[in-house]
Amino acid sequence: MTMSIFKMPSLGADMDAGTLVEWNVKPGDAVKRGDIVAVVETQKGAIEVEIFETGTVSKLLVEEGTTVPVGTPLAEIEGEGAKPEETPAPAPAPTSAPTPAPTPEPTPEPTPEPTQAPTPAPTSAPTPAPTELPAAPDKAGEKPVSPAARKLAAEKGIDVAKLKGSGPDGAIVYADVEAVVGPTHKKEAPVSGPSKPSAHPGLDFAEMRKAIAQAMAKSKREIPHYYLKHQINMRAASLWLDETNAERPPEARLLMGTLLVKAVSLALTRYPEFNGFYENDTFRAVPEVHCGLAVAIRGGGLIAPALHDCETLSLDDLMAAMRDLVGRVRTGHLRSSELSDPTVTITSLGERGVDEVYGVIYPPQVAIIGFGTLETRPVATEDGLDAAPTIIATLAADHRVSDGRRGALFLREIEKLLQVPEAL
Amino acid sequence: MSEQVTYRDAVGAAIRDAMTADDRVFIMGEDVGRYGGTYAVTKGMIEDFGEDRVRDTPLSESGFTGAGIGAALGGMKPIVEIMTVNFSLLALDQILNTAATFRHMSGGQLNIPVVIRISTGAGRQLAAQHSHSLENWYAHIPGLKVLAPATVQDAYAMLRPALEDPDPVVIFEHVMLYGRTEALDKEATVDLSSAAVRRNGSDISLITYGGSLYKTLEAAEKLAEDGISAEVIDLRVLRPLDDATILKSVGKTRRAVIVDEGWKTGSLAAEVSARIMEGGFWSLDAPVGRVCSAEVPIPYPKHLEDAALPQVDRIIAAAKLALGR
Repeated sequence: MTMSIFKMPSLGADMDAGTLVEWNVKPGDAVKRGDIVAVVETQKGAIEVEIFETGTVSKLLVEEGTTVPVGTPLAEIEGEGAKPEETPAPAPAPTSAPTPAPTPEPTPEPTPEPTQAPTPAPTSAPTPAPTELPAAPDKAGEKPVSPAARKLAAEKGIDVAKLKGSGPDGAIVYADVEAVVGPTHKKEAPVSGPSKPSAHPGLDFAEMRKAIAQAMAKSKREIPHYYLKHQINMRAASLWLDETNAERPPEARLLMGTLLVKAVSLALTRYPEFNGFYENDTFRAVPEVHCGLAVAIRGGGLIAPALHDCETLSLDDLMAAMRDLVGRVRTGHLRSSELSDPTVTITSLGERGVDEVYGVIYPPQVAIIGFGTLETRPVATEDGLDAAPTIIATLAADHRVSDGRRGALFLREIEKLLQVPEAL
Repeated sequence: MSEQVTYRDAVGAAIRDAMTADDRVFIMGEDVGRYGGTYAVTKGMIEDFGEDRVRDTPLSESGFTGAGIGAALGGMKPIVEIMTVNFSLLALDQILNTAATFRHMSGGQLNIPVVIRISTGAGRQLAAQHSHSLENWYAHIPGLKVLAPATVQDAYAMLRPALEDPDPVVIFEHVMLYGRTEALDKEATVDLSSAAVRRNGSDISLITYGGSLYKTLEAAEKLAEDGISAEVIDLRVLRPLDDATILKSVGKTRRAVIVDEGWKTGSLAAEVSARIMEGGFWSLDAPVGRVCSAEVPIPYPKHLEDAALPQVDRIIAAAKLALGR
């Protein structure tokens, strides 16, 4: 039997503390690696926090609504095989109920766009539903139990079958459970659905601005940036993309951004000194490429959550992952791992941008790759002048870790990969 | 500073004040001029503002509603009065296919700032072609705002933001409200997005709008005598619905009954109930109840008309059912 402690995670270099907004588990619940167990409010908004152990929740140490520093123990988890001591007849299937699908954006634009979109965001983005499905067994199978009573009973570990109902048709209602557990703090029952008019539940733009300010100031204070730029001929990539998309229905089409992310990811596996973290005066390269994708949030602010394992994904899977991520950024449903572990950042200006973008590295990362807007530009060839679709790639990298020569080779590698798009 | 006025006079005063403040505002409809309005809302206005701004129209709802929409396109701020919601169906094509749609069809280039006032509801023995409550037909349509002022204050205060709105706004005036007298503060303002909590309570939420508000408040008073604390919510904006106020109340009381003079099938009550299920299911202690009109053409005889409509005793019974009392 092993006991582990689930702690307030650090969701970015700039995070000192977080507010535990909601527990999605209760003592006795089985959890497995990757389950979303809590919602934590940070300067970047409400983040769904995943757990990294598999086991059983034995104790919650922090109440909802409490703000605690990073690293504070939040819950005790008993490892696999451990037996909870006296959990009364654990409710079957204490798994999370599916959260409602986010309202689809009218036109998902997985290409990150740093410009503010002028259209107002939809005003009824759903807030996370209460995610547990209290399944207190109704042993008699007959006695009606109200949803509110079920929920309270499940939270308090009460067996409703033993209660006497005072509601319609003898139904067990909230007050009947309350009579057993004692008065609850009459916290208003959680309300989900389109109750918040905010398009970005939990996002505080002022706080987010502050977080960006802190991270960027730290970066420019501590990281000796060097910058490189390189123009890449995109004719092959454009032609291939047009041909591929011509066969596909709109929802299955690829965007140029997908090719760029894939090319960068593959290049990073060959140039590991641009992919990882610089902490405590040492650089730690990370074998997997988790690309932080800079996504503008409508209404203001910017966030660069991670697309995991980009180097291993097919273009179609990568496209789907980007679509999903951008959608969740806009509806405020990011997961903790997406915020805490990007190993590198890509910023791409998309269609409405300018020629070049030079990024500021997000610490503790060591590089940020920028792509300007794809434009037709004159390209000199041996036969004369050609008008070709081109894109200007830039690299801002940490000089403590790498040098310009390697940076140049890295940009050349991205260029090379983009000349053979079918191999991406 | 408040004065005691009737709902009828509050609507009339709102129109007069709007016409005085803005030359572009004018009113048109059947009998609004010489006759002074079917419900006497526009009495005396034609003398004060002239025939150009208080326009009697032929008996053609489609024609004059369309003319109002055209005037709005041309830069005016028309108020179109339709005698009863039953007749408004003749203008529904103009309202849905033109007024509610033009902003979309023109890619945002054209908007239609028309206000359409429609009287609605039963209780005056006007029988099955003048008595229905079809607010939900309009609340179904994207592109419209739909209001149902139930108080004298809202009857006055809602017209100004409705005229200021760049898009079409439909205002429903329940025929049983015109004679009610209440305090009016002309300086107070109101937005077109929030429901109003008319009575605070902790045991059950009674959700209603328009002509049913006073029956619901009376039911709440009687429930209080039995020790049941009912909260009363006046939706007053039927599109877009104020989910936050509804869900906050139900989250507190854990029970809801919706009182709606429309027919039950496909009613606004059904929509509100569905939203409570979507957003507040885990806070419920009882099935959501509905008190609606009987699914018949509204009858002419008084006793049958009364029997067809939501009444205080039925609201009380539905509330008690939800409480298991």
